[in-house]
Amino acid sequence: MKKEWPLWEVFVRSKNGLEHRHFGSLHAADAEMALENARDVYTRRNEGVSIWVVESKNITASNPEHNAELFEPAQDKVYRHPTFYDLPDEIKHM
Amino acid sequence: MNTNLYNYLLGIADNSLILGQRLGELCGHGPSLETDIALTNISLDLFGQVRSYYQYAAKVAGDNRDEDTIAMMRPEREYVSVLLVEQPNTDFGYVIARQFLFDVYHYMFLTELQNSKDETLAAIAKKSIKEVSYHVRFSSDWIKRLGDGTEESHARIQNAINDLWTYTDELFHQTEADKEMINEGVGVDTSKLKEQYYKHISEVLNEATLEVPDLKYFQKGGKQGVHTEHMGYILTELQYMQRAYPNMSW
Amino acid sequence: MSEAQIKSLEEEFEARIARDEKIEPKDWMPEKYRKTHIRQMSQHAHSEIVGMLPEGNWISRAPSLRRKVALLAKVQDEGGHGLYLYSATETLGITRDEMFQQLHSGKAKYSSIFNYPAVTWADIGAIGWLVDGAAIINQVALCGTSFGPYARAMVRICKEESFHQRQGYEITLKLAQGTPEQKAMAQDALNRWWWPSLMMFGPKDDESPNTAQSMKWKLKRKTNDELRQQFVDQTVPQAELIGLTIPDPELKWNEEKQGYDFGEIDWDEFWQVVKGHGPCNKERMKARVSAWENGEWVRDAAIVYAEKQQDKKLNKAV
Repeated sequence: MKKEWPLWEVFVRSKNGLEHRHFGSLHAADAEMALENARDVYTRRNEGVSIWVVESKNITASNPEHNAELFEPAQDKVYRHPTFYDLPDEIKHM
Repeated sequence: MNTNLYNYLLGIADNSLILGQRLGELCGHGPSLETDIALTNISLDLFGQVRSYYQYAAKVAGDNRDEDTIAMMRPEREYVSVLLVEQPNTDFGYVIARQFLFDVYHYMFLTELQNSKDETLAAIAKKSIKEVSYHVRFSSDWIKRLGDGTEESHARIQNAINDLWTYTDELFHQTEADKEMINEGVGVDTSKLKEQYYKHISEVLNEATLEVPDLKYFQKGGKQGVHTEHMGYILTELQYMQRAYPNMSW
Repeated sequence: MSEAQIKSLEEEFEARIARDEKIEPKDWMPEKYRKTHIRQMSQHAHSEIVGMLPEGNWISRAPSLRRKVALLAKVQDEGGHGLYLYSATETLGITRDEMFQQLHSGKAKYSSIFNYPAVTWADIGAIGWLVDGAAIINQVALCGTSFGPYARAMVRICKEESFHQRQGYEITLKLAQGTPEQKAMAQDALNRWWWPSLMMFGPKDDESPNTAQSMKWKLKRKTNDELRQQFVDQTVPQAELIGLTIPDPELKWNEEKQGYDFGEIDWDEFWQVVKGHGPCNKERMKARVSAWENGEWVRDAAIVYAEKQQDKKLNKAV
């Protein structure tokens, strides 16, 4: 037995105007096959209009151990959010 | 009833019925989960097309026939599918070779059928060709993978192509009904597709590093209802329920 | 890591699950959590693909084209669901090939229900109605499980499976309304599939030692007996509605508990099938192993082809 078919991540755009969303993964020997398999596996019920596939090993992921330094500093930057600013009641929408 | 049109519809639909049936046998037994699912999709496409043709045929017949009695209650000699599609799932090489040799024909046939003067047929062709262009892509890709893969896969797919080649010529034979329908502008003149068919097949085989078989004798008979010995077993399963429990609804 | 450190990580981990936070693959997790999930999720995946076999047998013999396409689509879905579950399990650091090896060697289990034969067309109805019905009860609960990839796979599967049980019930309904011969066929299938379906929920609570741990990790939201009761309560009226009889003389409505009392399951049979001595254990495994072995040259060819194409691309680029 040779190698196992590599793992691919599948991203599907459900309809135009929406972003591609991660749908799941599958195995395929090459990119072309990954696209075809993704079509056959993840869009059987008309779920998509566009597919991206990327070999899983090519994804660089952040490490959850670093979550504190990566993400927590953003928690107290409340001035990035519109609710931080006080406006007179007369201004209904801004 | 328009007997020629009725027979013409069966001539198209029976191919998809028998091939769909063969592919259905593979469900759950594919070489990988992904490939299993893909082959079942092709089978489902074919059965969907079959139902459209038989439903139309039932309308043309105008009696108490329906899609199921047409599909399952005929004696073997009245099935007019080509010999190619009834060939067994000997291994994945045979499955792909059979599929490829049929898909290329099917695609070219449906391309022309879209121009049929019969609106229903043209509409079925328009819908089906989208499915079949994917089938061609799928089977051609696999021909290349197996042909230009390992030594073993090369030998196996070459062997399957060699074995099945003898059934390709029949795709272009014309029955009396075919000829009548061609004259009326309803049917597709398949004789005009033959050269292009072999040219395209040869190109793909070459790309897959495979030999184009050099064969002078071809098998025929399916279109006249004279099948290989495999057909009886296919029909035994296909017809089992309708034969064992006639006149019931399911 | 010191033992104290691990202990504190474990406590924090359990607290996260208790707060209904999801665990994702790269998060720290206790080794037992990883192992238990690999075992349960791969077993679930195996059940899906072995489950393709009894129904797959009837694809070629389906009584009408409409039934044929529905059955094909359903069996194909099971393949898809196996695939989602294998993929989710792979995030825990095991490959699909390794999981297949465990299945083929008998090390990994799958749902025993698929070791019963599907002998008539009515069995296809009974499997959809009862077996999928029982599976859905288990699976709906798992949509809220703690491991993110498992929960997401279950959400997708539950959404897709909603037609499976309806398909089965419709087949049974049609038979029950049909000729006496058809009705007898439906009743016979119910007789044979009823008890194995009840067994699908596993041993009784007092013989199910892992329940507490599974509840904590939300691999279970209710106990085996609670789920079994739910299934009985939901299915009995469905059978009555179409004039079929549940094959249990002890079955009767209990006003006090607002549920049905039912007879004792044959636990000897349960354990016999679990241990590999059901009517079809050997056939099922043979079918899976031969699909795998006969597919090896195909999978190898695709890999070699892909490598050759890659080389060609590189050579061109130079």
